[in-house]
Amino acid sequence: GSVRCASVARGRIEKVLIANRGEIACRVMRTAKKMGVRSVAVYSEADRHAMHVAMADEAYHIGPAASQQSYLSMEKVMEVAKRSHAQAIHPGYGFLSENTEFAELCKQEGIIFIGPPSSAIRDMGIKSTSKYIMSAAGVPIIEGYHGEDQSDERLQAEAARIGYPVMIKAVRGGGGKGMRIAPSEADFHEQLESARREARKSFNDDVMLVEKFVENPRHVEVQVFGDQHGNAVYLFERDCSVQRRHQKIIEEAPGPGISPEVRRKLGEAAVRAAKAVNYVGAGTVEFIMDAQHNFYFMEMNTRLQVEHPVSEMITGTDLVEWQLRVAAGEELPLAQEEIELSGHSFEARIYAEDPNNDFLPGAGPLLHLSTPQADDCTRIETGVRQGDEVSAHYDPMIAKLVVWGEDRSAALKKLRYSLRQYNIVGLNTNIDFLLSLSGHPEFEAGNVHTSFIPLHHAQLFPPPLAPPREVLCQAALGLLLRERDHTHAFKARSHDQYSPFASSSGRRVNVLYTRNLTLQLGDKKVEVAVTYNPDGTYSMEIGGEVFLVSGDLVEEGGASYLRCSVNGVVSRPKMVVLDNDVHLFSMEGSFEVKVPVPKFLAGVSGSGAQGGAVAPMTGTIEKVLVKAGDTVQVGDPLMVMIAMKMEHTIRAPKAGIIKKVFFKEGSQANRHAALVELEEEEASEE
Amino acid sequence: LLRCTRTVPATLSRLYHGDRVATLGSQPDAQSPLFQENYERMKALVQELKDRAEKIKLGGGEKARKLHTSRGKLLPRERIDKLLDPGSPFLEFSQFAAYQLYGQEEVPAGGIITGIGRVSGVECVIVANDATVKGGTYYPVTVKKHLRAQEIAQQNHLPCIYLVDSGGANLPRQADVFPDRDHFGRIFFNQARLSSEGIAQVAVVMGSCTAGGAYVPAMADESIIVRKQGTIFLGGPPLVRAATGEEVSAEDLGGADLHCRKSGVTDHYALDDSHALHLARKVVRSLNYQKKLDVTVEPPEAPLFPADELYGIVGDNLKRNFDVREVIARIVDGSKFDEFKAFYGDTLVTGFARIFGYPVGIIGNNGVLFSESAKKGTHFIELCCQRNIPLLFLQNITGFMVGREYEAGGIAKDGAKMVTAVACANVPKITMIIGGSYGAGNYGMCGRAYSPRFLYMWPNARISVMGGEQAATVLATITKDQKAREGKEFTAEQEAAMKEPIVRRFEEEGSPYYSSARLWDDGIIDPADTRLVLGLSLSAALNAPTQRTRFGVFRM
Repeated sequence: GSVRCASVARGRIEKVLIANRGEIACRVMRTAKKMGVRSVAVYSEADRHAMHVAMADEAYHIGPAASQQSYLSMEKVMEVAKRSHAQAIHPGYGFLSENTEFAELCKQEGIIFIGPPSSAIRDMGIKSTSKYIMSAAGVPIIEGYHGEDQSDERLQAEAARIGYPVMIKAVRGGGGKGMRIAPSEADFHEQLESARREARKSFNDDVMLVEKFVENPRHVEVQVFGDQHGNAVYLFERDCSVQRRHQKIIEEAPGPGISPEVRRKLGEAAVRAAKAVNYVGAGTVEFIMDAQHNFYFMEMNTRLQVEHPVSEMITGTDLVEWQLRVAAGEELPLAQEEIELSGHSFEARIYAEDPNNDFLPGAGPLLHLSTPQADDCTRIETGVRQGDEVSAHYDPMIAKLVVWGEDRSAALKKLRYSLRQYNIVGLNTNIDFLLSLSGHPEFEAGNVHTSFIPLHHAQLFPPPLAPPREVLCQAALGLLLRERDHTHAFKARSHDQYSPFASSSGRRVNVLYTRNLTLQLGDKKVEVAVTYNPDGTYSMEIGGEVFLVSGDLVEEGGASYLRCSVNGVVSRPKMVVLDNDVHLFSMEGSFEVKVPVPKFLAGVSGSGAQGGAVAPMTGTIEKVLVKAGDTVQVGDPLMVMIAMKMEHTIRAPKAGIIKKVFFKEGSQANRHAALVELEEEEASEE
Repeated sequence: LLRCTRTVPATLSRLYHGDRVATLGSQPDAQSPLFQENYERMKALVQELKDRAEKIKLGGGEKARKLHTSRGKLLPRERIDKLLDPGSPFLEFSQFAAYQLYGQEEVPAGGIITGIGRVSGVECVIVANDATVKGGTYYPVTVKKHLRAQEIAQQNHLPCIYLVDSGGANLPRQADVFPDRDHFGRIFFNQARLSSEGIAQVAVVMGSCTAGGAYVPAMADESIIVRKQGTIFLGGPPLVRAATGEEVSAEDLGGADLHCRKSGVTDHYALDDSHALHLARKVVRSLNYQKKLDVTVEPPEAPLFPADELYGIVGDNLKRNFDVREVIARIVDGSKFDEFKAFYGDTLVTGFARIFGYPVGIIGNNGVLFSESAKKGTHFIELCCQRNIPLLFLQNITGFMVGREYEAGGIAKDGAKMVTAVACANVPKITMIIGGSYGAGNYGMCGRAYSPRFLYMWPNARISVMGGEQAATVLATITKDQKAREGKEFTAEQEAAMKEPIVRRFEEEGSPYYSSARLWDDGIIDPADTRLVLGLSLSAALNAPTQRTRFGVFRM
């Protein structure tokens, strides 16, 4: 261990370069500011106006949007570090955070890499090696094949030895990428190929390992911390079992239902693991846990994890501060017995994605963004603001909502309450899904495991709730009030600002004005007959039912609230109107009501008017599976697209003949671009 | 010290003076039997007015409406609603045109809807045919209402939008529709003249425009036509076949495609009614029209008293007196009224106030007109003309005082002064008949013949040359005298029998519905809406550029 200790730099950190973007860059800068450390940001072309750039004391442009040429470019980052005279580089998570060469490079250049020594990264980055080390250190591991013979035959034979189901994983993989499950021998080959393809793409390395797949396991991980003086502590475990697409979505600390005894064992095993590699800095030891609370070492992440805030919340620590202090050569601020567990914390990851479409990642503008009020028990870790764009080039995470409560149920209640106040318009998010997830009785009971979502799928994806008529009244009122605001604005600009003609009273002589508003819910149209009463209220008739509606719009903290009364019931939903959409957010849920665009104004609609398939998001066409003249059936694959670092198969929306293919392999397709022209087959002649 | 006074903001010093404006009106005793009886009776009249108006709003019968909408057409009122700036008010005129005028034939609103509303921020006169009423054909009153709308446009300088959907002249009544000066042809005469005065003429062809009707879009500055719905031709297919034997469909003869692509009769091609109205709004936006107020405005304030108290104050019994100041207090901004010559000629109340921030000079009756009242009124009209302040006449007048003393005092010449002043005044004049409108009082108080920009009636109002009782008594007295000369007897029964039908006839003909049916006014309104209707009317009237007044010779 002494060799490694000697190699670690010691010194004051006055200025730190954050080689990352988004929320984690902002998170690191906040602590840096608190400690009086100046921060240096780097940014790609796509992030020119990003929040992390605005927050930093200095910021440097490092290249085009593609991360290969910017955030992943070691030379560029290093050049900025030198130019800005930063003493240290914080890599955040992802990008260069677990890159051995980069850690080496830092060492060569005399710049502190805020992370473990490169040897620890290397040891832990290669799964087979890590397991070998752990096994030797007495950390329980799971059966698997981590050998060098990568032939299909050998891998398949090993899989058969371990016993199905097995997991095929890229040795250098992470974050679910390059990972597949083969439930039986029949699926093995196809899954192996798919895993290799993804691994090559993501890590340029397709070495695979095969291991036993534990069914419905829990994913429990322990936050550990080591310093350059040979100390290592654990900050208890986190449960990150609930996942989709093998990616975490909601995390909590401590793990529910875990006894102090198991907790201590977990922690001690994790510390053993850390010490086995002379670990320095923040790290996470991941275990899988079966129903009997037996746990097995999975891997060690040699970085600050996305979900580190929940550990901070229950221990009252600032792990970024610890990182900076440890990197500067200080001893760990707390000894193991000084670290106390208090209360319970949840983190919900808010993603730009479509839960109803297999969590397809999304991108787009954050036309409206309002968050709950941050306080001691509520943290909003984000790197975007209203008006920013969730870029297709990077991870689609918008924010992490972190809450703390006295106990699990208090924290959970707070999480749901805060999620309702997290309102986003402009792109699909998983907020509603997070709400139904965190409100599920089994989740409330703490019965979490990695198959939670598929197992409770039906309850987690309830059929879309048709808004009650009261909500339609609110939407109609919102539209009328917004119209009134426009009229007022016009009036204020005119030379004749008091004319009663410039009012929105809808007054008529001797008769009442009834206006037929058409609202659109999904693809259903609803007629609302609005009668303007002389006293400024509205009588709204929907399907024979009449509601007396009144109210006004109030601006508060940058958001509009509709203070309204419907049949005497007063409520105050948040309202966002964008173009032809009205979004209402309240504790009862969020609703979207559209105003149909008149036919004469609706030009060529983008929603595949000609009946072709459209790109679900901006991405690159990987494969074209059809050509003009082909006959396809509903659901037939047409193209494979790579977007958001994921493969998407675009399928035929209906049966027909391909008239034209608009893209060729390797070309870039914009969101909602028509990919093919599909002519519906004429109903066969009878 | 001088510097100190200069730092006082202008608005403060104005407020300082503004505060001095006396407020008017008093809290009525709402529990008094008189107030309650008045209130109930006026309320009943208003309810009757609204019930009748709601029925007229429907237009033609249900069958006609269904047929109309089944063709994808919007009903005329829906067309107007969509044409207007969303949610903005519409000042409709003469809803009761043709009311009980054509015997068994019901012609709701005279088969044409007219009014003023804002389109793309511009106040416009809108004329919409109601094809659900007798196919939108022109009855004599339809023509009169159309011409009146054009007159309003001319006087107030308002662009005109014609939503055309009419079968043209009502053939059985062609003699009362076609030949005279103020008949059908005058519509196109007006279009040409209005256009020449820079008052935009926009036609939207949403149905047929046959024969003379074809000139509405053809004479317009800009015209829009709805495909497969609007047609324009001088002679329809039946006439063409009769004349030349040519067989042609209405669409081929004069549809949107023909007129937008070949003939050039229309300028804009609309897919449907909504599209056409959207195009019309765009046309108005391109008029480059700017309303320039030539008067001062102040932020409006609501009156201090609720408008419906007018019901209890005025009631329906014209024999009962009420103080017109109580009416003013419920109409004007902040119930603030600067009375002029309060102690002189007190049967006429004159003074300055604001309605929706617009200045207005008010002349209201508080009894019969004497020489002093007439001279005061004349003086006040001169002031308003001098200052370019619109005039509001609150008319409740039995007439000028009669009798030897008054004739000798020259009431005829003093009345003539007021009539001269009213006739010559070129500031916008608006008349509201809130009670009786009898005899020469009607003239002095700006009756229809004196071309007020707008004239409205309350449902309790009565209009005739004199009261029914008086007329019957005058006629009975003449007959009695005649009989007496002939030595014949004229019994009390005979007198009663003679008077009864006269009273009844005057009562019937003096009704606001009788008046409105014949376009003697621009509409009957709920007294509680008076402030709004006046505000809208003033707003519309102030579109016209100021005209200086030159008075005629006042007989001294």
